[in-house]
Amino acid sequence: MSLTIAVPRGALLGDTLDLLDRLGVDTAEVRANDRKLLFEDAGLVTMRPSDVPTYVEAGAADLGITGKDVLAEHPERDVYELLDLGFGPCRMVFATVAGEDRAAEALRRLGVMRVATKYPRIAAAYFERTGRQAEIVEVKGSVELAPLTGLVHGIVDLTATGTTLRENGLEVREEIAASTARLIANPVAHKLKAAAIDDVVARIRGAA
Amino acid sequence: MIHRIPSGTRDVLPDELRELRAITEGMRAVMDGRGYGEVATPALEYEEVLVRGDAAAADPAYKLFDEHGEVLALRSDMTIPIARVVASRYPTADVPLRFCYFQHAYRSVQPQRGQPREFLQAGIELVGAPGPEGTAEALTVLCEALEAAGLENWRVGLGDASLYPRLLDRVGVPEGARAQILHELVTRDYVGLAREVEAFGAPELLELPQRRGAAGILDFPEADGLAALHELLEPRVAERMIFDLGLSRPLSYYTGAVFEVYDAALGAPLGGGGRYDDLLGRFGRPLPACGWALDVERIHAARVGEGR
Repeated sequence: MSLTIAVPRGALLGDTLDLLDRLGVDTAEVRANDRKLLFEDAGLVTMRPSDVPTYVEAGAADLGITGKDVLAEHPERDVYELLDLGFGPCRMVFATVAGEDRAAEALRRLGVMRVATKYPRIAAAYFERTGRQAEIVEVKGSVELAPLTGLVHGIVDLTATGTTLRENGLEVREEIAASTARLIANPVAHKLKAAAIDDVVARIRGAA
Repeated sequence: MIHRIPSGTRDVLPDELRELRAITEGMRAVMDGRGYGEVATPALEYEEVLVRGDAAAADPAYKLFDEHGEVLALRSDMTIPIARVVASRYPTADVPLRFCYFQHAYRSVQPQRGQPREFLQAGIELVGAPGPEGTAEALTVLCEALEAAGLENWRVGLGDASLYPRLLDRVGVPEGARAQILHELVTRDYVGLAREVEAFGAPELLELPQRRGAAGILDFPEADGLAALHELLEPRVAERMIFDLGLSRPLSYYTGAVFEVYDAALGAPLGGGGRYDDLLGRFGRPLPACGWALDVERIHAARVGEGR
């Protein structure tokens, strides 16, 4: 039975295609084509990593590969998380402008700090869990800009090496969670295409 | 002039309602033929009555005060109202009791997810018939109802809510570790489950709930209930089953067999059900019971998806 797999474009794309190659999926067309999105012969669809759970939950793809950060931000998505694929390691961190910690000062003097992020649910849950009052400001673009302009006192963002943060004069204060790429499955496909999905899982385990 | 209606609600116009009606009439004929009498109960109940059934299941999303200051809630399923009906209206009646219903239920929605606040459920309750015979009857009626609804490519996932807790007993997992393990199972996170069970040196804690398929997977002690049930199923029913040792349902009142209905044309289950042998006791008439509910609008969507 053929499976449709949602493939993340961006930082996870290279490792994902290497993995699919090892499974015997023909990824040459994806590698050769930046603009095309749907590769019916290979059973692949490409999209932003944050869209992968949306497609998989709805059954538009049977399997998908995306970061744990995306899954943690959208726990309401009804998908199976089958495997930790190990690649794409990064950390969700709380960072502020280097030097004196302005967020700590805001907390002490104002009682609340403002935090910019693309991950409002992870950020809100983290500060609630650690007993601090935070106003979460959701931004779509470069989060690093927000504390430099005075929009916020700190940011919650994903970082692989920390280079971008450092280059913008930001300092990691706390690590919230580690993330790697995960294999996810649609809950109906997980039953109706059980053999095909178990075969993919076994081959990935074998290839690792 | 355009007037708004709440998100997650909708008007049903004649073309759609005609098709929905064809589905519900087909199912009603099956239930009627099997001796399931149709009941209707109020959409509004006292909150305290719903919560008696199951705090999580009742979890009424819509509450209001009546003119005496009592809290009313819109029902979120039909199982708890029917448990109330059995205890209140049939306190001494002979069992088994067979009921069916075609009623709306109400749940809260998350934004931007296309979820309905109000949805039409078709279902049965079989009260006073213990498992596995009662469960086999409910599954047989389920299969006949799905056929009468005009679907072809459907299967029923069949699991057992008591299976994994019993496995935890056998392995000797301490009480304190269980809530997190069960959380990983219910949220379908096998990466998290692997992490939580690693310390117990029992690979079956991770491996068994991922097993699903034909009855051949029922070859260990905790699957005895499912194996006994399988023995009782007619071939035309048994061939539709996918045994699923990790199947869990969101409601906590299930005590034994649980099931979920899938159609290849839809990415989400059409409905489900199971055994709840403790629920009626909470309303004062302790009786074993089981039942199921199907989402009529999802059946319709699956029919359209199947090209029918």
